Amino acid sequence: MNRFAQSWVSAAFVLSVGTALTLGLPFVMDDYTLLQGTIYAIMAILGVSLAFIWGFSGILCFGQAAFFGLGAYTYAVAVINMGDSTIPFLIAIIVPALFATLLGYVIFYGRLSDVYMGVITLTVTLILFNLINSTAGPEWKIGSAALGGFNGMPSIPTLNFPGQVDEALTPAHLFYLTMICLLLIYLGLRCLISSKIGRVVIAAKENEQRILLLGYDARVYKLFSFVLGGAIAGLAGCLFANWGAFTSPTIFGLAQSAQIIIWVIVGGLGTLVGPIVGCVAIQWLTTQIGTQQIFNSNLILGAILVVFVLLVPRGIVPSLGDLLELLWKKFKSKPSHEITHSSQPLTPEKNLADSGPNLGAVEKPLSKGEQLA
Amino acid sequence: MDLAVVVLIQVLYAVASLVIISSGLAVIFGMMKVINLAHGEFMMLGAYAVIISMKLGTNLWVAMLIIAPLTVGLIGVVLERLIIRRLYGRMVDTMLATWGLSLLLIGIVTSIAGNTTAGVSTPLGSFTIGTYSVSSYTLVIIFVAIALALGIRLVLMRTQLGLIARGTMQKPDMANALGISPSVVYSVTFAVGAALSGLAGGFLAPLTGVVPTMGGAFVAKAFITVIGGGPAILAGLVSASSLFGAINQLATFITTPVVGEVALLVAAIVMLRLLPQGITGRFFRGAL
Repeated sequence: MNRFAQSWVSAAFVLSVGTALTLGLPFVMDDYTLLQGTIYAIMAILGVSLAFIWGFSGILCFGQAAFFGLGAYTYAVAVINMGDSTIPFLIAIIVPALFATLLGYVIFYGRLSDVYMGVITLTVTLILFNLINSTAGPEWKIGSAALGGFNGMPSIPTLNFPGQVDEALTPAHLFYLTMICLLLIYLGLRCLISSKIGRVVIAAKENEQRILLLGYDARVYKLFSFVLGGAIAGLAGCLFANWGAFTSPTIFGLAQSAQIIIWVIVGGLGTLVGPIVGCVAIQWLTTQIGTQQIFNSNLILGAILVVFVLLVPRGIVPSLGDLLELLWKKFKSKPSHEITHSSQPLTPEKNLADSGPNLGAVEKPLSKGEQLA
Repeated sequence: MDLAVVVLIQVLYAVASLVIISSGLAVIFGMMKVINLAHGEFMMLGAYAVIISMKLGTNLWVAMLIIAPLTVGLIGVVLERLIIRRLYGRMVDTMLATWGLSLLLIGIVTSIAGNTTAGVSTPLGSFTIGTYSVSSYTLVIIFVAIALALGIRLVLMRTQLGLIARGTMQKPDMANALGISPSVVYSVTFAVGAALSGLAGGFLAPLTGVVPTMGGAFVAKAFITVIGGGPAILAGLVSASSLFGAINQLATFITTPVVGEVALLVAAIVMLRLLPQGITGRFFRGAL
């Protein structure tokens, strides 16, 4: 991992760009374009959720769309029954998190390898898709909310200010809310990754046996990050249901799951900002393809995925980071120690290879000693 | 009594279709440890091969038994040479690349054939048991599944080719030292797996509508069967198919087809929690 992707400098950069976009875009965009911006940001939240659990705890979840869809449906059902949107907003995060706990328990406590994990998460997504798809009849109701089967659920009441049912959020408000969620999640995950828990999570990904021998129960840490990822995806789903006031079973579909994976691969696995970049780029591309009608979007997405796996397996952002690092080295022969330090938690071998024989080699055993003490 | 016979035939049919759907994947995953997420699309290509050759006036059985597997087998060789062989030993990357491949194939076929459902009418008509009518094609599927299972066993255990394949999968460097090129063996194995998928797609074409996205309906079932089966290719395939097929069909019989599908998938997840190594990881050890 290069130091630009992992340093606090990059985090500060990302946050300031994000804040600038949040404050600036509503003034330069009309409502329609702003809505487009909102969906990009919602999908970016979804992308970040997978970026965290896959890139930092090594859980390859093919079913991130399941939590996303579950969030959307939970919000829809709850808000139709309750009217006020405050509690449904929270439930839409809690239900996917609980579901992730259950699923994660089966996976991690069954000690299934990552390949099996991919298949199980994929299967669960398909189960949900099949189930929801078959609820078209009028007998499928939760409270007063008809699930609607393959037709989806139309005219979902959108978010209102807490406690005031009549004060619905305008598109601009929803944009602010989404961007604030995205930035807070980004910041929160960055802090988590640099914290002690985050270091154990990453260590469990690198070498589960070693972390077990050091006295940490790797399963708990994996379950924790899986549940956190599920909750974030649920939040994204809830925002999605608000965005179009509509939800349908296609959000559980394989195409949706594949898209999330593609964002992460294209943007760069092992970074948080990469998948945001990948998400925006791919979304923009699919929209362009959709309007041009020359190529099928599946064809392009599939080709992109194959090409990236074969030729650019590290993704855009880390590759750009390497480029920056190369330039940095040209300007400064000795890299500063602070930045090297913050790039510690990931892949010690790579770090050593990247940054030459400097602090990295001494630093790693020390930090492990601290954890033991 | 008649009902019991009909239910029995339906259960056998469900088991047989799982065997047919999963055999191509079982060969590719079991022998090469390559997770082929484009499996469903290989089946889709097989189904389209049947549709197209039917349109050109070929006999249905020739199209299903010869043209479909041959076409998909050839496509398999090309894809193995171009993509898969670069990723051997990197399981997760193979998964991702084949997923990309699956989207790519869907995209290509949609561009060519359009996003419409084509169909082949079910051949052979039906026969009656008491007051119940059963499609004769059901029996064909059961027969094909048995033939497939026996065929795979015969090829792997009794032929020189099977011996070479099994040896290469166990110790590629040793096989190489004995003058066998592992690269060629992998290629052939992948092609055989792809051909089996094509055959499956061909045989299922009369039963399901043929659309570019039809693969998605099979891929999860096939995976769960192969993984539920565990390390032994054939014993795992047959035992997992029997278990899941029976659960699926009985649940379908009692409630609705959707609940049947869900019961299959839930049963598979519960089983993997109990037997993380699959059925043959615990029972029938050392079987093929």
